[in-house]
Amino acid sequence: MSERGQRSEPLLSVQGLEKHFPVTKGLFQRQVGAVRAVDGVSFDVFKGETIGLVGESGCGKTTTGRLITRLIEPTGGKVVFEGNDITHMSQSKIRPLRRDMQLIFQDPYSSLNPRHTVGAIVGAPFRIQGVKTEHGIKKEVQDILALVGLNPEHYNRYPHEFSGGQRQRIGIARTLALKPKLIIADEPVSALDVSIQAQVVNLLEDLQNELDLTYVVIAHDLSVVRHISDRVAVMYLGKIVELADRKDLYDAPMHPYTNALLSAVPIPDVKHRGDRERIRLQGDVPSPLNPPPACRFHTRCWKAQVICKTEEPPLVELAPGHQVACHFPENADTISAPAAAKIAQNVQDAQHPKSTIA
Amino acid sequence: MSTPTSFLELRDLRIHFPTDDGLVKSVDGLSYKLERGKTLGIVGESGSGKSVTSLGILGLHKGTRAKISGEIWLDGEELVSASAEHVRRLRGKKMAMIFQDPLSAMHPFYTVGQQIVEAYRIHHKVSKKVARKHAIDMLGRVGIPQPERRVDSYPHEFSGGMRQRAMIAMALSCDPELLIADEPTTALDVTVQAQILDLMRDLQRDFNAALIIITHDLGVVAELSDDILVMYGGKCIEYGTAEDIFERPEHPYTWGLLGSMPRLDREPTERLMPIKGNPPSLINVPAGCAFHPRCAFEGRTGGKADTEVPALLESSGGHLVRCHMPPELRRDIWENEIKPNLESS
Repeated sequence: MSERGQRSEPLLSVQGLEKHFPVTKGLFQRQVGAVRAVDGVSFDVFKGETIGLVGESGCGKTTTGRLITRLIEPTGGKVVFEGNDITHMSQSKIRPLRRDMQLIFQDPYSSLNPRHTVGAIVGAPFRIQGVKTEHGIKKEVQDILALVGLNPEHYNRYPHEFSGGQRQRIGIARTLALKPKLIIADEPVSALDVSIQAQVVNLLEDLQNELDLTYVVIAHDLSVVRHISDRVAVMYLGKIVELADRKDLYDAPMHPYTNALLSAVPIPDVKHRGDRERIRLQGDVPSPLNPPPACRFHTRCWKAQVICKTEEPPLVELAPGHQVACHFPENADTISAPAAAKIAQNVQDAQHPKSTIA
Repeated sequence: MSTPTSFLELRDLRIHFPTDDGLVKSVDGLSYKLERGKTLGIVGESGSGKSVTSLGILGLHKGTRAKISGEIWLDGEELVSASAEHVRRLRGKKMAMIFQDPLSAMHPFYTVGQQIVEAYRIHHKVSKKVARKHAIDMLGRVGIPQPERRVDSYPHEFSGGMRQRAMIAMALSCDPELLIADEPTTALDVTVQAQILDLMRDLQRDFNAALIIITHDLGVVAELSDDILVMYGGKCIEYGTAEDIFERPEHPYTWGLLGSMPRLDREPTERLMPIKGNPPSLINVPAGCAFHPRCAFEGRTGGKADTEVPALLESSGGHLVRCHMPPELRRDIWENEIKPNLESS
């Protein structure tokens, strides 16, 4: 799949995106702090590729998805879609663009209106956007239902008559109605049973091939993300800590957090039970209300030195197409020479004064 | 029937719920055994009856409309016919449960310490002070930092991982001999999940308890279980050691589960191999083999799939399979048609 991602103009470009939710107190709603849910996220999405956003709860991946689609207003940064800066576009101007950018939601139970028929749900985008179809909306909707593997005769049924997997297909059908270019899928399969998950994952892949779609897939399941993504971005506390091609990221992760995440995934292999090398992180993810200074991962990192507490590591390209934000990246043999020199310098700085953080 | 020698034994357990739409057969003839110090993993999709079974063992269906038949033997005592009061006394001390969602399983109005103390004092005649000390000890053992301070926190003040630890501390506070964990890590992030799984493994070794872990995540089961039971439509469809289930599974449903799952330890194959269709409704379980409408090998069962319920038969030493296909054919399909696909590219 990765060959299709042409490195020309990106379809979507996210630059230094920020969202701080204010925390208020008292009668006058005085602002006493901010939850820095997304704190300077930048990445490009190229036509035809799938980019995966992974991270633990509270890392800002869902907020990022909502910011891209302008469901919430960013505090700072830019979202550029097909060359248009849509960050502060008015609702009336952005509406036509919504045709090209659609969301698949996580929960197939709460994201469908129980009082509307499937036909009304999937046909709604046509009515809202005022799109005229050649053979009428009904015919168009039935074609889409068939495309996602539902029976077109179920046009007049209600969501409660369907199972979870079928409902997720209805959600996908609605997303596809206006033939969007970019689809943001927020945990598209996590609410589904294992056997149904695979059906939906395959469906998303088929649709991408047929309709030339571009996906941003937001998920916490590292195995699912690896299966469907061309490139993967790992987020931690509102920042991207590593962004690379799927293969590079999973085979040779450079950020200690990515490494820890991957080694924590239980693998159904009883033969090698126990002889896998594991990294066990201590404690939980710190609160985004009061994130640790400098490198946000230093409180849980086993490699942390003084520099990690005082200086924030920038997200830099250490190998072709492989960006990492870490002072002491792993798998250093794949790093280019200038980057290696910079890291060596960092290590040296860190050794004076020589002390480690417990 | 005789008293069994196993620590826990279920014999032909049936738990049916009468509803306006018909009889829901959540558990329909389930039998298994479990020894002390061993871990049984129960795998199945939603509605397969895995949680209902464990609530049945704990006696939590007593006093509801559920119709229970069969036998549950725990350490020489039969529990289905026992009084609700008797089972209540066993709960906590003899057997305990870790629930999936610790926020709704804990009382929001009482501190974590109060909740552990209450359970402990029901089973032990000790002063509040001693019980509180015990609660602090337990919180420390499950890895909660500063337990002497945290014992006075309310559940909402804990993070998800800490809450799950507190649940485990509560469940273990009276040294239960049987511990049932229902999706203990489903609500948690992977790094925290790994911590909790390590913790459960260590605690089981220390306490020598029998552990039942219920989950839909095959990875979690593979990490912890000695034996695995695969449930479908209220019935056991395959049972065996962890090696049996992962190295030489014989039921098409188990094959389907393994093929549905993207795995980190394999090359990302071009396609996942999902099971077609949807899990069955427990009111209208398909006739014959409950899995036959979704089975890719239905045609090779000799036409019995939709008429006859297959029996759960031993295929090789202790490996039980409920399938119409003969064992030789199943092994042949696994070796030549399923396994190569799972390992391809």
